[in-house]
Amino acid sequence: MISEATKARFAREVAKFPADQKQSAVMACLSIVQQEFGHVSVESEKIVAAYLGMAPMAVHEVTTFYNMYNQASVGKYKINVCTNLPCQLRDGGKALAHLEGKLGVSMGETTPDGLFTLQQCECLGACADSPVLLVNDRTMCSFMSNDKLDQLIDGLKAVEAK
Amino acid sequence: MSAEKILGQFQATGVQTCFHGRHITPQIYADLNGTNWRLKDYEARGGYQALRKILGQDGGEGLTQDQVIATVKESSLRGRGGAGFPTGLKWSFMPRQFPGQKYLVCNSDEGEPGTCKDREIMQFNPHIVIEGMAIAAYAMGISVGYNYIHGEIFQTYERFEEALEEARAAGLLGNSILGSSFSFQLHASHGFGAYICGEETALLESLEGKKGQPRFKPPFPASFGLYGKPTTINNTETFAAVPWIIRNGGQAYLECGKPNNGGTKIFSVSGDVERPGNYEIPMGTSFAKLLELAGGVRGGRQLKAVIPGGSSAPVLPASIMMDCTMDYDSISKAGSMLGSGAVIVMDDTRCMVESLLRLSYFYMHESCGQCTPCREGTGWMWRVIERIKNGHGRPEDLNLLNSVADNIQGRTICALGDAAAMPVRAMIKHFRPEFDHLIEHKTPLVRATA
Repeated sequence: MISEATKARFAREVAKFPADQKQSAVMACLSIVQQEFGHVSVESEKIVAAYLGMAPMAVHEVTTFYNMYNQASVGKYKINVCTNLPCQLRDGGKALAHLEGKLGVSMGETTPDGLFTLQQCECLGACADSPVLLVNDRTMCSFMSNDKLDQLIDGLKAVEAK
Repeated sequence: MSAEKILGQFQATGVQTCFHGRHITPQIYADLNGTNWRLKDYEARGGYQALRKILGQDGGEGLTQDQVIATVKESSLRGRGGAGFPTGLKWSFMPRQFPGQKYLVCNSDEGEPGTCKDREIMQFNPHIVIEGMAIAAYAMGISVGYNYIHGEIFQTYERFEEALEEARAAGLLGNSILGSSFSFQLHASHGFGAYICGEETALLESLEGKKGQPRFKPPFPASFGLYGKPTTINNTETFAAVPWIIRNGGQAYLECGKPNNGGTKIFSVSGDVERPGNYEIPMGTSFAKLLELAGGVRGGRQLKAVIPGGSSAPVLPASIMMDCTMDYDSISKAGSMLGSGAVIVMDDTRCMVESLLRLSYFYMHESCGQCTPCREGTGWMWRVIERIKNGHGRPEDLNLLNSVADNIQGRTICALGDAAAMPVRAMIKHFRPEFDHLIEHKTPLVRATA
């Protein structure tokens, strides 16, 4: 079920659009669902569909079209490393490889403890900051040298060990 | 320490990329330091004076809608998103007398590889976009607008929302702006990972809550846009240029640049340079000067090639690029496009087959799947380039690549097909020996260092 607090967040998005165009809020509602539950399940899609007056399939079309929606559960920290050409020229690929070694997984995989999912991604729009990565869709980390990548992973592991 | 604090250590500050003091006569990035993004700071820099001026709230007469559009036309401002279409002309296409809702949309879905200028505008100077949009809305008689922001820059989206709240609280947005009869409601919306939504009609579909697949044009958005209503869409940087033009006049803006290429432009320089970042310089500045501002080629190596306008623009070899000036006409004459102003620099250690392989993967990944030539052709091109790269290329492969590219270009609903085809053709045209060598000898002519 969706809490009243979540519904209030939905309502804030719906209010941006004309009364007969509630569907326009679907992108934002799904990203809120993902932030709160970690991924967008078919059940969540149905709830969003009912809230916005859409067919569940129309919501599913959105979930499956956009790269950032997780259709299945991911690690507690989803790390997306940009490897597009401008980043490839500035160690984006090396950052991804370093994280693969550090976490002991290949890109696309989740660590056995469920903490980290590592993914390659397309342009984040921060090309001058390369190596650059996105954590859980909402927080970008810039100039991620190998040292900083170690600090990031070790730091997050320490938080979770508490 | 909390997870937020740990992540916070790695946030971009803009120090290296924007506050480096190496812009030339900047207008949009002028006097920014990363902390002075709020309304009071923007007003201290002269912000919202242009809006006050057109509304006659500065003690003057005010400007009519026609006067605003004429000023923008005179400035020779051209769309900063990639197409370079004259902004004033676009504004004049809006049917101002249309008896119903009209919409203004800002395209901040900045995902063209190499481009990172709009993010820094909205992060460090969000009110300049709000003011630019309000002026545009006034000029075209529009009362509702949306800024559609790249989903990957969520923190910038939140910053922009905060700036909107400030503007609303100060009476600079909303009903009866500054006590005038002009009302304009502006909202922020975000994507969630789809390059195609930078295409204006795909963006409109996305804003309507659908998958972002481009629409046929015509009808153009000016007659059938958001929710089927007349809509004008401009890029973030285009709107950000408008307040300066209104304050200083169209002629003054034009004189900043060169004829037909008015004003300053922000170039995002990435790749093999010492100081990657955004550089705001007058249109018509030489590429050599821009390269110098960016610290020159990294490690003192030789310049090999430049993609001058984002990854969709045809690559140009160093010899051609060093003779170019940074404006729409010069880059176009040299056989490429100024595009979004994203300058991807490659040095002499770069294997162009490897570079093209990564680009072709991107277009395959981001093709929306609506048109067969693009959906099938982008994957086909990637597979052929991959086998060349891996030493399994066939003698006929380069002709095949050009043939597939020919059969995509101009045969799709939107420009993504062209954007996928052009880099392939240009890479083969300018760097054919590298492809031939890999096909014949199974090893690269240039050893990649990345």
